[in-house]
Amino acid sequence: MNEKADAAANGKKRSMRERIRWDYTILFLLIPAFVALVVVFPDKGATARHVAWEYFKEMVMILPAVFVIMGLVSVWVGREFIVRFLGEGSGVKGVVLSFILGSIPMGPLYVAFPLAAVLLKKGAKVANIIIFLSAWACIKLPAELMEFQFLGWKFTLVRYLATLLVVVILSEIMERIFFKEGYALPGERGADGDV
Amino acid sequence: MDLTTIVILVLTGVLLLLSVIKDRRKTLAALCVAYKGFVRLLPSILAIILVVGLIIGFVPARWIAQVIGKNSGALGVAIASLLGAVLFIPVIIAFPLARSMLDMGAGIMATAAFITTLTMVGFVFLPLEIKELGKRFAVARNALSFLAAVAIAVVIGVIIR
Repeated sequence: MNEKADAAANGKKRSMRERIRWDYTILFLLIPAFVALVVVFPDKGATARHVAWEYFKEMVMILPAVFVIMGLVSVWVGREFIVRFLGEGSGVKGVVLSFILGSIPMGPLYVAFPLAAVLLKKGAKVANIIIFLSAWACIKLPAELMEFQFLGWKFTLVRYLATLLVVVILSEIMERIFFKEGYALPGERGADGDV
Repeated sequence: MDLTTIVILVLTGVLLLLSVIKDRRKTLAALCVAYKGFVRLLPSILAIILVVGLIIGFVPARWIAQVIGKNSGALGVAIASLLGAVLFIPVIIAFPLARSMLDMGAGIMATAAFITTLTMVGFVFLPLEIKELGKRFAVARNALSFLAAVAIAVVIGVIIR
């Protein structure tokens, strides 16, 4: 168990480090490219500079709030909280809970996979797990602040409702077609065979 | 500063204050998480600012309007969803990028499809997802995300004109 946790932690750390390097690589390639283009084409460059500056100002204004909310959520809404409430309740309640619980925490999608595995083992409905992962991926509370700021209330609200509607319907159809008899995780199936 | 910004900042301030009143140490931990998240995303944030500047400054708006514009129809949505599925960038910086696309004349449907596949379809995560949740589940979920992106785009396109 400990070994497994360590391996997972190492894997996560490594992939994180790789990502940071990619970020910096791209940034350090972009800076000279940007400067060169602005110098060579002063006309278009002026627009590029102006736009970059406007976006920079907007980001400076909004990002502290985004990250503070992210921090508060991660401290006050722990993983245990999510696991406790998810997979409970059926019908409409289960659907709504899955969607809301998925959209609260921050973090990349791969953090949610082990959670989803635990919930599937606990016997949660497959459709609800798909809803949970979908909400986790594309409706994030802190990220929604960015959406308000950059795309407006109307777009954000409509996208939220459209996503809820579509994901709920599609995941239900998906479950009826592919997971009629429930779903056993790869590891579990082997265990069943042993017994 | 526009109203949206002020509302967001006030909301954050109130939540932070509540947190401080309830538990100081937890609040400090939250700020620590916030700082770490900021440092981790800083290069991506700076990069997207430069990319947005370059796109608006140098890519002719005509091209974007033609490929994923209002009248590009199904093909525009398809191109935007594929682009979103292949690209891999944090959600937070996806929204400024999306607005720059809209400013350049991209259609609202294509933009919505782009955001959805960008965040929901993770080819980069696929091996991990298969390991944790099994092949059938992973493939089904990613396929669903593609369909969802198109459906969400259509719903948004119908409501917002």
